[in-house]
Amino acid sequence: MSTIAPQFRLSRFIGSLFDLIFWVILIFSLVGLPIVFIVLFYIKLPVINNQLMTPYLAMTWMADPSRTLPIVKNFMHTTIFKVMAFPGFGFAALLAAATIFVERKFLAKIQLRVGPLYCGKIEGILQLMGDGFKLMSKEIIIPAKADKPIFWLGPLLFVGAAGAFVSLIPVAPGWVVANPNVGLLAVFAVIGFFPIIAVLTAWAANSKWTFIGGLRALHQMVAFEIPLILSLLGVVILSGSLNLSQIVVSQEHFWWIAFLPIGAIVFFITILAELERVPFDLPEAESEIVAGWLTEFSGMMYGLIQLGTYLKLYAFAGLFVVLFLGGWNGPMVWPPFPQDIVTQGITIGPVTAKFPGLPLFDQEMLNGTLWFVIKTVGVILLILLPRGVFPRVRIDMILHTGWYKLIGLAFINIFIALGLLYAGVLGPGGFLQ
Amino acid sequence: MTTQLPPGMHLETVDDKIMTLNVGPQHPGSGHMRLIIKVDGDYIVSCDPDPGYVHRGEEKMAEYRNYIQNIPHLERPVIHDSSNILYPYCLGVEELLGIEVPERAKYIRVIAAELNRCIYILYWLAIYGIFLGHSTMFMWPAGDRELFIDLLEAMSGARVTHAYLVPGGVRNDLPSNFEERCLRQVEYFEKRLKEYEAVFYQNPLLRARTEGSGILSRTDAIRLGTTGSVLRASGVDFDVRKKEPYDVYENLDFQTIVLKEGDSYARSRVPYLEMFESCRIIKDALKKMPKSGSVRTKLKPNPKGGNDEVYRRIESGRGAIGYYIVSNNRPEPYRVKISVGSFRNLICMPYLLKGEKLGNMPAVYWGLNYWPVEADR
Repeated sequence: MSTIAPQFRLSRFIGSLFDLIFWVILIFSLVGLPIVFIVLFYIKLPVINNQLMTPYLAMTWMADPSRTLPIVKNFMHTTIFKVMAFPGFGFAALLAAATIFVERKFLAKIQLRVGPLYCGKIEGILQLMGDGFKLMSKEIIIPAKADKPIFWLGPLLFVGAAGAFVSLIPVAPGWVVANPNVGLLAVFAVIGFFPIIAVLTAWAANSKWTFIGGLRALHQMVAFEIPLILSLLGVVILSGSLNLSQIVVSQEHFWWIAFLPIGAIVFFITILAELERVPFDLPEAESEIVAGWLTEFSGMMYGLIQLGTYLKLYAFAGLFVVLFLGGWNGPMVWPPFPQDIVTQGITIGPVTAKFPGLPLFDQEMLNGTLWFVIKTVGVILLILLPRGVFPRVRIDMILHTGWYKLIGLAFINIFIALGLLYAGVLGPGGFLQ
Repeated sequence: MTTQLPPGMHLETVDDKIMTLNVGPQHPGSGHMRLIIKVDGDYIVSCDPDPGYVHRGEEKMAEYRNYIQNIPHLERPVIHDSSNILYPYCLGVEELLGIEVPERAKYIRVIAAELNRCIYILYWLAIYGIFLGHSTMFMWPAGDRELFIDLLEAMSGARVTHAYLVPGGVRNDLPSNFEERCLRQVEYFEKRLKEYEAVFYQNPLLRARTEGSGILSRTDAIRLGTTGSVLRASGVDFDVRKKEPYDVYENLDFQTIVLKEGDSYARSRVPYLEMFESCRIIKDALKKMPKSGSVRTKLKPNPKGGNDEVYRRIESGRGAIGYYIVSNNRPEPYRVKISVGSFRNLICMPYLLKGEKLGNMPAVYWGLNYWPVEADR
């Protein structure tokens, strides 16, 4: 199958490439560099390794890899890196993308299909990218009588709230974007945003299906938020802290799921409902209400909602790991960093590279991340599994479950936690701790 | 709170609490039809089915074609149950023209009809699964359907619209190794069917959702004129194959599935249990079938019916299908009237949906074993 145009000529193609490079260099040197210097004139330059980091110094370091590392290291300790890349958005989006791919293959295996197969050489691994490009290239259609500002704002708010949720999850000791002392309360506050966003967008789209779907989402999420909050109180009672990192540290010896299995089960069910996943996907029940509150979204607006949904999925799975499965705690399996590379440098052929300021990531952080990711992936797979085996439930069944059964179970869980605390088994001063 | 309309517009009292939903024709849960549903909160106060979007005048078309030319277009309403919708036509035309069908052809017709019934029910079950949000139950029957499609392809050469049954027998004989192949695939399929039970019918969420919803009592089922699986799910022992046996059904060993509950769960279960009986029929027919012989009585070119009329009916996947054929000494029929199960089951839908929750709508709707294209004809 040839994709080369019939009038294609290689010489002309190469010529056009040179043209492009010429114009890029010209515009960069005439416009880009002056702008960079004008900006640099006004901002305060950072000092790295006792040297003022001017642009010339930065370029010199780029030519010499061993001198680049301090920049990288310095960057990795900034908040921007934490927000954008590692414990924040980039890491979560990577896991979310992997989740979508794994979900499709996993579900296909349950249903005796093959799933994505052709896009990308290996098992359709690039299918997600293809879908993303398709969504980006599609037209965004807005209903004529929609409340346009709020309709536009909906997906952005959704991704924003999901990102805020992600930023609260500690991945490794010290590696968390935001670490407030009332971390769990902050989580509850962020979760409380999602039904509001659903109802706002549903109302703004001005359609009957989105309206019904939005009301369903509101009922469902509100009904399940209370058991969600109550089921986590047991953990707070035993660990004596609302700070998520402190909660992880308190599980150094025992995971709370061993003492509070009821709370873990209730929390898991509420996760399914909050994420609108099967069997609680009523707000998007396509045979009754088309696509629920997502009916009128098209193109990348829908893509953003999906991105937010999967970020939320990762964040909830991470929260489950942090609260019940011991977070980053686990046996030290990561090999220690060879110290002589730091002290003596490494010789590759004729070049001897020195790494001042290494190690970039310490052993504890890498080990913690490894265990956190393993546990989170396990929980995500558990969240995906019901989609293959359960039908959808009805709204009255879901409300009955939320308001009656789960709240009762959550209270039983709190009493178990209080009993363990006052019997002197666990908690501050307990004989197991 | 009711709003007063201006004088002259009192068609009905308008209630602010009532919302009208047009489910269809462009709705993932409707099919080629529209349901005008009025909801009060989550409860349906009235439902008005509006079929007719795929009406194509099959009955009128049949008046302009001769008895053989009618075959391909008459199976169009239900292309995935094409043998069964042709069956009563063939029986009627044979009676009109006075044709004897060879014994082997009768068995082959029964096998084709039962295979096609399984194809239809599997398709129906797949959509029932996805209507209830059970995606595995969509994929499994859709995949297992291939077994029977392959068998019918070997018999007739076509995968969907077979045009295999013709007045006078079947179009062509079976391929050489058909018996072993059919037996093997049917036995494999029976094993697969048992897995459906575990993953779908014994699923606690499915039972909680469908049991006790949309109950159709025995008297109502008879009074509203339902047929097929809907009738049998309400406890009425009626199956055309048993009560008015055609071809060789009286020689074959099978049971009529009757459930007493009359709710959505029973209506979803009757076709599933009927697939076991279909497999029994196929295996029995393969055993009792004459191993050789003619499969088709040759007709005269352009045969003419007498000045006569005939009504024949059979049991299809959706209930009884009846053909009323009138001829007036011409090669074309004077009038063909088709009575299909889908349309007769649709009649009870407003009764079932009134007072139900909106979430029960897909289960009740698809449990009626309704195929919109067949109902419109």
